[in-house]
Amino acid sequence: MDSKYSSNNRKPCTPPGSGLHSCLASAGYEVTSVWSGASVIESLEATARRLPGKTAVIDARGPVTFSELLDRASGVAARIRARTAALNQPVAVYLPRSKECIAAFAGVLLSGNAYAPLDTKSPPARLALLLDKLEPALVITDAGHAGELGEAGVAAERVLLWEGTESVAAGALPERRTIDTDPAYIIHTSGSTGVPKGVVISHRGVADYIGWAVQCYGITEADTIGSQAPFHFDNSTLDIHLCFSAGATLVLIPEEHFLFPLRLIEYLTAQSVRFIFWVPSVLASVARLDILSQTTLPPLEKILFAGEVMPARCLNYWRAKYPRALFSNLYGPTEITVDCTYYIVDREFRDDEPVPIGVPRRNMEVLILDDSGRPAGVGERGEICVRGSALAHGYWNDPERTAAAFVQNPLNPHFPEPAYRTGDMGYRNERGEIMFAGRCDHQIKHLGYRIELGEIEAAAMALPEIRNACVVYDPEASQMAMFYESSRPLGVAELRTQLLRRLPKYMLPAVMVALPELPLNSSGKVDRVKLAAAVRARVYG
Amino acid sequence: MDELIGILREIRPEFEFRDSQDFVGDGMLDSLDVVTLVAALDQRYRISIRGVEIVPENFRNLETIAVLLRKHGVTG
Repeated sequence: MDSKYSSNNRKPCTPPGSGLHSCLASAGYEVTSVWSGASVIESLEATARRLPGKTAVIDARGPVTFSELLDRASGVAARIRARTAALNQPVAVYLPRSKECIAAFAGVLLSGNAYAPLDTKSPPARLALLLDKLEPALVITDAGHAGELGEAGVAAERVLLWEGTESVAAGALPERRTIDTDPAYIIHTSGSTGVPKGVVISHRGVADYIGWAVQCYGITEADTIGSQAPFHFDNSTLDIHLCFSAGATLVLIPEEHFLFPLRLIEYLTAQSVRFIFWVPSVLASVARLDILSQTTLPPLEKILFAGEVMPARCLNYWRAKYPRALFSNLYGPTEITVDCTYYIVDREFRDDEPVPIGVPRRNMEVLILDDSGRPAGVGERGEICVRGSALAHGYWNDPERTAAAFVQNPLNPHFPEPAYRTGDMGYRNERGEIMFAGRCDHQIKHLGYRIELGEIEAAAMALPEIRNACVVYDPEASQMAMFYESSRPLGVAELRTQLLRRLPKYMLPAVMVALPELPLNSSGKVDRVKLAAAVRARVYG
Repeated sequence: MDELIGILREIRPEFEFRDSQDFVGDGMLDSLDVVTLVAALDQRYRISIRGVEIVPENFRNLETIAVLLRKHGVTG
């Protein structure tokens, strides 16, 4: 036992006497044994042997069983291996969110490579930047999306077209030699220089995380997961690999349901969804419109959330509707395999009270370091740093940014051991729980997406008319504002249209203000403090 | 109708809303836009659109939104 762990870290995963605990016990469920092999794909193979005819994934076009899923994945793997000798290389997947996409991820893993999900809504210019850095061995796509890859500069010989008939009959199952430190997936996050960073996560990282989650939340094949997270967002790792590992059914909620919260809740009821892991803004949209009072309550038992701050007002709304359900707040940047801390809600919160991000999950240590690199005391703010084997290997093809974020554990002068500097500030409260306390740089969370304001500024300044740009975030209004200098008058509509060619829509500032000159501070840099004050006061220009 | 188009164009200036009979199907509105649109309509016309009314049928095109507004007593 690591003596540095506080006693809080050893508390039971499920609060004693909770509705969920007794519910699971009375139903006779046992926690599924956790896979302990070298490759996460072995968990899918084991589940397909155990539950071949059970529904694995449901999308808008219907279900697929575990045996069919593995069969398709094997077909994909055989096709990859027929095209390339690459091992431990990224194979990008550029497909709409579907069961085919899941089969492609599994196929990439079976081929001995790492899957890299790409956003099919990404503008070609951003896609091109990302692919240039990633240099994937292949990109899997379908006929409907192949043209966009061409626009992004992907050569035809790098494209593997999904045929829809992939099966094991397409070729012999490839032999694998995966070890646990090999990369399992690469997910991209916003980069302050304008180029997204590809975070390389190992099989070990996923196994650690999923093994913990299966036990902590009592996930079994009886669970039905209502999946919200887009696949290029790492929250999807939990949904996908709980399905592979525990045999839970994964329901891919059609995207259009997120436009209309009533339809979303009705869909959960229709699919008998019991488990969700969503960003708080989706839960908040349901709460804001009081949808749960206006329709049948879905049979939810486990409600998890992560990706941004959960307002207690929203949590209280959901808890009032589901007094017996388990609620859990998770926290973590992509670089530590999805989440490094969790908090199982065990008490009441006032509407204006912050909700803890909790304690480190199994096999992780969270350090809160003050300005001098020493552990901060109770109640003292410091930067959240994380150590453990689930840390990412770093950023693909990017040693400089890797070295800046993955540093030597400052508390260990004895041997090389990386710690990840999250850039998030936090403190421990009197209970030993970690509380989130904002950022120490210009990164924000908006609608669950992690955004470097610098990436937006870089995209704006790449336009020939823009001389200078500065983006600030107003957390109260949950919106970004961009101030810019341009060489000729540029209408907001034109600017938005041009930016949408370089940025995904969630990165587009809601407010855009042209200024003759951006204000500078005493050190000659753009005065962000002044601009942020203008945004808060709604005084533009 | 022009006022409604103005509200929609403030949210998505890059689209010509008169040309579409299916805003969602044509990819002109996403989840954030629908929330923003409802808030803008509530504020502009001093109405309160309820959760059960925020369904695809009511936000399909200019005509269906106008029908919804008329139910809330908004004319013109």
